[in-house]
Amino acid sequence: MHIIESGNVAAATGVKLARTEVIAAYPITPQTPLTEKLSELVDSGKMKAEYIPVESEHSALAVCIAASSAGSRAFTATSANGLLYMSEQIHWAAGARLPIVMCVVNRGIGAPWTVWNDHQDAISQRDAGWIQLYACDHQQIIDTVIQAFHIAETVRIPVMVCYDGYLLSHTYMPFEIPEQDAVDAFLPKFSPSYFLDPKNPANLNTVTLPDIRPDVRGNMAPGYMEIRNNLHTDMRKTISVVEEMDRKYQKTVGRGGNPLIEKYRCEDADFIAVCLGSLSYQLRDVVDTLRGEGIKTGVAGIRLYRPFPDKTVAAEFVNAKGLIVFEKALSYGNQGALYSDIKSALYRNDNRPFVHNYILGLGGREIKTPDLLHAFRISCTDFRKIGDDPQWIGLKL
Amino acid sequence: MSDDVIKIRWHGRGGQGAITAAKIVANAAFECGYNGVVMTPTFGTERRGAPVLTSLKISRNKIYDLSPISEPDMIVVLDHLLLEEPGVINGLKSDGIIIVNSPKKPADHAVNGKKIATADVTSIAVEAGLKQGIVNSGIIGAFAKASGLIELNILLKKIKEEFHDKKPSENAESARLTFSKTDMGG
Repeated sequence: MHIIESGNVAAATGVKLARTEVIAAYPITPQTPLTEKLSELVDSGKMKAEYIPVESEHSALAVCIAASSAGSRAFTATSANGLLYMSEQIHWAAGARLPIVMCVVNRGIGAPWTVWNDHQDAISQRDAGWIQLYACDHQQIIDTVIQAFHIAETVRIPVMVCYDGYLLSHTYMPFEIPEQDAVDAFLPKFSPSYFLDPKNPANLNTVTLPDIRPDVRGNMAPGYMEIRNNLHTDMRKTISVVEEMDRKYQKTVGRGGNPLIEKYRCEDADFIAVCLGSLSYQLRDVVDTLRGEGIKTGVAGIRLYRPFPDKTVAAEFVNAKGLIVFEKALSYGNQGALYSDIKSALYRNDNRPFVHNYILGLGGREIKTPDLLHAFRISCTDFRKIGDDPQWIGLKL
Repeated sequence: MSDDVIKIRWHGRGGQGAITAAKIVANAAFECGYNGVVMTPTFGTERRGAPVLTSLKISRNKIYDLSPISEPDMIVVLDHLLLEEPGVINGLKSDGIIIVNSPKKPADHAVNGKKIATADVTSIAVEAGLKQGIVNSGIIGAFAKASGLIELNILLKKIKEEFHDKKPSENAESARLTFSKTDMGG
């Protein structure tokens, strides 16, 4: 069944269909309607879950960590400064290998205060050891939320499902709600091999020493460094798990494809725009216009940002003359994070395209389609003019 | 750019329900076979009574560009005093139309020679049994008449669905009455 609703409702519906058992969240714009919807669903009995109100984002994730440690399927959501307030627990959840799913409704970070969209919040947490998936429209939001639980529980790594604040969270568009039976066929019940259980007492995440040491049974146990190596190794394996889950979702629910990189007119493209989130859809019209001018362009939306599908990037863009990375975040004093990742991935190729970096839309600054067209066109036709420093689009002073 | 996209900008005041009105039209358009329907509210720091606006794009195909509308085909205004605010009719295409809740006749509004249709939705809504100030259902009737885009019956059905627990019949009646009383001017 198709409905026309907001992106936040799409996310909440996915959380319900995934039969989430524990929800803890603290409201923050533009995430608030998502948690309001979930509390409504729980309150009315339409969703059988424990909704735990908390006094902060740090506590919200702490509750999810406890619930997940006890073997429950747990969900939270936040934005911007709320995400940063969670940061200590974000690293903990990853290190403790708890398959929590969190929606990050992307918003710029204060100071100065902004409630509007950019990607700095999620990007600032990219090295925490969470999987990061980005959605471009409401259909992807609901489908990705459902898939995220399966991915997280398969590799025991938490997942952030990121989608643009306001642009998607508060925009209404049609999307299809999967049937509960199909979701149940896709997503098995969460049954971890170990969890906190009073009948079977255990210590989890006890202090480690720099070196390895024997466990209580006398077996040599992994130390901090081995545990962290496991996380990294499993993160790398997650790339193929994401692809596998997408295939399973196509079989059971009937939708999917392009789980790592979603490409539009890239097959024969000389110049390819690369970005995260709904911006990649806005760029489709720009690509069409430039194609009309005889410039062979395409656009690629990165759906899986962490782990970074670097080998796929290197293989997919091997024939491009130029990649143009449009970003709503940057590593201050250096360049856009995605720009660095793309360049690093291409380093393994003998023939490397030029790569440009545009910074735009920070704090919700309107991204005008003609401005995108202008920048993209210059990158294709006058590419030597653009250096390695990020170019800013939309500055007014 | 996609020329087949119909762009409608809605202006109201915080609390008037412009977003709900646009959502009802979006639902009706989708039911009529417009697969691309995107309604993007422009958010500021909302207060009751402050000017608000939302962009509604309608197309036969999926819409990928979510950016706000700068050159609308239609502008729907829930309070005629907003026409005096700067920017409300900015960018309207030369053959575009303004649809406004106003007690005045089209000719009494100075809108730079643009086409304008008026209906006194505030009074009609009371006549239909709604309390004073509920105009977001009625304005849909004026939209239906002036745009000719979507059949009135489908809009009335969607109004009843949206207001299923808030006087559905009266809200639909307000739209139906407004449809018949919309003054298309010249």
